[in-house]
Amino acid sequence: MLRYIIRRILWSIALLVICSAVVFTIFYVLPTADPAKLRAGKAASPEQIELIRESLGLDDPKYQQFLRYMAGVFTPYKNEEKGVDGPFDLGTSIFQNNKPVREVIFDRLPATVFLVTGAVVIWLAMAIPVGIISAVKRRSLLDRTTMITSLAFISAPVFWLGLVALYLFAQDVGQFPIFPGIGSYNDAESFTGRAESLILPWLVLAAATAAIYARYLRSQLIDVMSEDYIRTARAKGLSEQRVIWRHGVRSAITPIVTLLGLDIGVLLAGNAILTESVFNIPGIGKETVTAIGQSDLPLIQGIVLFGAFFIVILNLIVDILYAYLDPRVRYQ
Amino acid sequence: MSLLEVKDLRVHFETEDGVVKAVDGASFAVEQGQTLGIVGESGCGKSVANMTILGLTRAPYARISGQIMFEGRDLNALDSDQLRDLRGNQIAMIFQDPLTSLHPFHKVGDQVLEAIHTHQDVSKQAAWRRAVELLGLVGIPDPERRMKEYPHEFSGGMRQRAMIAMALVNEPKVLIADEPTTALDVTIQAQILALIERLQDQLGMAVILITHDLGVIAEIADHVNVMYAGRIVEAGTLDQIFYDPQHPYTWGLLGSLARPDRARVARLSQISGQPPSLLAPPQGCHFRPRCPHAFDRCTDVPGLEVRGGEAGHADRCWLSPERKRALRVVDGHIGLEVPAA
Repeated sequence: MLRYIIRRILWSIALLVICSAVVFTIFYVLPTADPAKLRAGKAASPEQIELIRESLGLDDPKYQQFLRYMAGVFTPYKNEEKGVDGPFDLGTSIFQNNKPVREVIFDRLPATVFLVTGAVVIWLAMAIPVGIISAVKRRSLLDRTTMITSLAFISAPVFWLGLVALYLFAQDVGQFPIFPGIGSYNDAESFTGRAESLILPWLVLAAATAAIYARYLRSQLIDVMSEDYIRTARAKGLSEQRVIWRHGVRSAITPIVTLLGLDIGVLLAGNAILTESVFNIPGIGKETVTAIGQSDLPLIQGIVLFGAFFIVILNLIVDILYAYLDPRVRYQ
Repeated sequence: MSLLEVKDLRVHFETEDGVVKAVDGASFAVEQGQTLGIVGESGCGKSVANMTILGLTRAPYARISGQIMFEGRDLNALDSDQLRDLRGNQIAMIFQDPLTSLHPFHKVGDQVLEAIHTHQDVSKQAAWRRAVELLGLVGIPDPERRMKEYPHEFSGGMRQRAMIAMALVNEPKVLIADEPTTALDVTIQAQILALIERLQDQLGMAVILITHDLGVIAEIADHVNVMYAGRIVEAGTLDQIFYDPQHPYTWGLLGSLARPDRARVARLSQISGQPPSLLAPPQGCHFRPRCPHAFDRCTDVPGLEVRGGEAGHADRCWLSPERKRALRVVDGHIGLEVPAA
């Protein structure tokens, strides 16, 4: 088990380095716009642009730029010109007064983490019971109803579902005003205030995923319940409840863990972008939209790299969890 | 009275294509300390009949009728909870593939312990000692350590031994072994059969052994039922079935065996044709379409009665005893047809 974990960690570190290199290539070797011009603004003179170019080290050979960039990301390297220290130095934002990208991201992160955590709790709390019950009571009215409902939620795009939810529940236009309103997250002072403003976004973000998980768990559990070892468990005289939970769900839940890890990683990396935009939640996704709109290249680059890191790390956690859940994996 | 007696058991499954008559009127009995072998090809209903004894085929789409008498109670009439108390306790079952029959995520020891705790109110320590004792009894070396291992760390033979240990922890009166050696290689097969025989002697239980392998039957069974397409077509003692077979299907099975004591043949004989669909079995004798000796009377269902055999040796074939004795000898041996060149 220990060897397996060490191997996974080393592999993840390699992946992080590769991701960083790819991001560097995209933003420095194959740039879509000249970073110096972007930073200088529209009315800048050629001399000003040249000055900025020099201060950013854009005239240095690419390999030197790459080493400096990698040193900034991974080591406590001090970048005198930019005034940012590593590790995790992602440069400075163009349109936010040269504020370090790292700080922008860390400012935005809590909202995204709060949004995603709540949504995960809600979608698991909905999907697990629904998946299990509809698998066990297959072809029952309950099964049919939940599966058709879940199909509807899977088919509904988040931005549409979000607008419908606003129409139904927002305080100004809503029919059942339980949502304090757009921007209420920013205004909220307390934890409970922020939680209250997130109830609706949580539900909207969780809806489609809960439906996917419920259907997936259902089909997994149906497969597992026809396994030979389920027959053995029944032949041992175990209660049906114990057969379902200890022998059935125990097996069926394992692939869900993989799915969950990746979904959390992707959402933290900014994939909650639609929900954050619809409900005006100041998270990573919302920031991405702004950054792209302004062509704030260092910020976009920072968010991309940061997202890649999240996914790699969540993947590592999933791999380790999986080995814990499925003993056969440890020996491969 | 027999320890376990199945009377006119019918198990029919309703499917979209129609009713599958998996078991269509099977009767058999097994006595304490005895081994009943049930032989037949895949899909003849032998597993379904025995899983029904434990109630494992109960489902909304299953229609089950007949009696399953065990110690004066009709198991078919018991509700699920009552039946569960017997399962793995009074009547235990082991299955064909020991790898897929053990849960891959739980330690072998935990799976054995679970069987103990389900039916016995004992302390954890006592259950642990009992599980270790049983693993040792079935011939697993270093059982204390093996308790903490997972099924994938066991070899095929060891897995089946663990399955047997798990089935026996509650000292069942009947052990149903459903093709226990089919997934194992031949040397391990012999070990497992010897183990089942030894444990049967030690514990005095009845064994129902389901197999498609007459070699396995010859080694271990006292009584034999030959099953074909949902019905028992011949029932008798081991010697009666092997030396005085009455049903053409039994002749076919015996004739298709590869035997080292006979001259080598170019090609083993087979029973031509396919077993019938259980959705629409042939009228009368189910073996009729494949039987070279069929005649007009075979469109009536022959009952399982003593016809040409000794007392207690019943079959379902209309042929007269004299005809049977004459027809079953092919090339000087028992068989159904001359093997194709």
